[in-house]
Amino acid sequence: MRNTAMNMVHKLAGRDERVLYIGSDPGAGTLRAMSKEFPKRHLIEGISEAHIIGMSAGLAMEGFVPYVNTIATFLTRRCYEQVAVDLCLHNLPVRLIANGGGLVYAPLGPTHQAIEDIAIMRALPNMTVICPCDADEAARMMEQTLDWAGPIYIRLGKGGDAVVSKAEHGFEIGKAILMRPPGEVLMVTTGIMLQRALAAADLLAAQGIRAGILHMHTVKPLDTAALLQAIRGVRLVATLEEHVPSGGLGSAVAEALIDKLGSGLPAMLRLSLPDRFMHNYGSQDSLLKKHGLAPNAIATSIERALASHTSPQLHST
Amino acid sequence: MIQISPHAEAALTCTLDERSLYLRRLVLGSVRSAGRGHVGPALSLIEMVRVLYDDVLRIDPKDPRDPDRDRAILSKGHGCLALYALLADRGFFPLSELDGFCGPDSILGGHPEYGMVPGVEASTGALGHGLSIGVGLALAARMRERNYRTFVLLGDGEINEGSVWEAAMGAAKHGLDNLVALVDYNKLQSYGPTDYVLPLEPLADKWRSFGFAVQELNGHDVGTLRTVLKQVPAVPGKPTAIICHTVKGKGLPQAESNADWHHKNKLTDSELDAIRVAVGDF
Repeated sequence: MRNTAMNMVHKLAGRDERVLYIGSDPGAGTLRAMSKEFPKRHLIEGISEAHIIGMSAGLAMEGFVPYVNTIATFLTRRCYEQVAVDLCLHNLPVRLIANGGGLVYAPLGPTHQAIEDIAIMRALPNMTVICPCDADEAARMMEQTLDWAGPIYIRLGKGGDAVVSKAEHGFEIGKAILMRPPGEVLMVTTGIMLQRALAAADLLAAQGIRAGILHMHTVKPLDTAALLQAIRGVRLVATLEEHVPSGGLGSAVAEALIDKLGSGLPAMLRLSLPDRFMHNYGSQDSLLKKHGLAPNAIATSIERALASHTSPQLHST
Repeated sequence: MIQISPHAEAALTCTLDERSLYLRRLVLGSVRSAGRGHVGPALSLIEMVRVLYDDVLRIDPKDPRDPDRDRAILSKGHGCLALYALLADRGFFPLSELDGFCGPDSILGGHPEYGMVPGVEASTGALGHGLSIGVGLALAARMRERNYRTFVLLGDGEINEGSVWEAAMGAAKHGLDNLVALVDYNKLQSYGPTDYVLPLEPLADKWRSFGFAVQELNGHDVGTLRTVLKQVPAVPGKPTAIICHTVKGKGLPQAESNADWHHKNKLTDSELDAIRVAVGDF
């Protein structure tokens, strides 16, 4: 997913001279081909993220579309005020390409694990938050970023995430994709939790439980219309995210449902990481498994939640 | 104790001309109307802003977004009363707007906002942002082969922020000789003297070591400011830093170098009388 997104910057740069790549101190050779073809638009600016955000704001004020790239935690925790003021307050078209959203950097420990990034980016007025699920979707997503008016936070996974998105679904910023029609359950996912949801849906189907999946690649703005449509008749809405419980996808879905429905809310199950820093290493998969976000644990949690809600709460909107 | 340079001593004793007094009357009139405002940080800036807007910047108040205009960012956004006075006086918006400062229907807040105030290039007030934005503007000029210049006004307290020095490194890396950083070196920040809060000396050497061509001057000396600011870049291939030795609250004896006048929430009758003595009716 990451290499695809990077290569898309190069591709977009070939199509539109407004496009810039701005890295802090990325891995050696990042976008080398772009640096050769468009050396003036491939900028490596050092480990100075606060400055890079301000600089990208200045460039965007002059008509450029900067794609700023570094590790997710540095784009979010380190320079939050610059992101808030320089980008969001001015509503400038800067794209923050965040490497290693969620637990990608599991072996490197809590300083590198972006487990609250969605929450803090979502809180900012004018910010758009996108979490593609795989490389193919990342490519379709990047096509859409060229002319989006305001700033975008793009949460990337890593290389090798299974490709589960489909070209026929297309991609539009702010439009959720219904991957499977809802049954008793609707799973709402973002990022690479889609892969886990698809596997969990198969496990549930084997138990006779029909589970739909709404892929909310854009967490902000949330596609509330698609959500309200998809929850019709379901007994349980389960949100799945590689993120702490506060402020992420589950919060966004719950807030949207409360705002739109007020009463008669469907039963909800928010599956997320716990509200703590990860003090284990291993791999992204091993940490997801440890915290109940592997497919079988997701299926089990959903089965239990359904069992605890014995009175079907048929919701209609 | 902080070293007192000849420029700093000259700033203390510098006599202000009628235009400098007039601009101070505008600033203080806004403070009187609003009942609040950053007085000291604006009064130390007046001559720097005045020379920029009167004599240096290539700007057209009738076309504030002219692509070829010079850009100026007040990174120390709390000094905005000086900027507002100049912008209003130069015709970017009516002088009557100054009376609405910080009011509910005003375009003029306690920190300048981009998109709200004609002539304001960036929303500032959160300190340590302006030089980075300026680097972006200057780099854009370079990349687009445009000849506008970018001026960034920084506070001395503001340059406590690490992001300023990140930006300085970036400016030097790109050899942005179309970028000028002006430091309002009044040696007093909100809590107290800069050499107590976080010492800055040797300030000129710091900027020099970061790759800037550095000039030091008396920031209230209009003639010298004009001469120096008309000769940028000082060194081709290098960004310029101009350290302007100033006096916080300059022009109001009771406010000069007085931390109590950093921000005022109200002016007493005796203070208003003292202002009239210092600058005339306002």
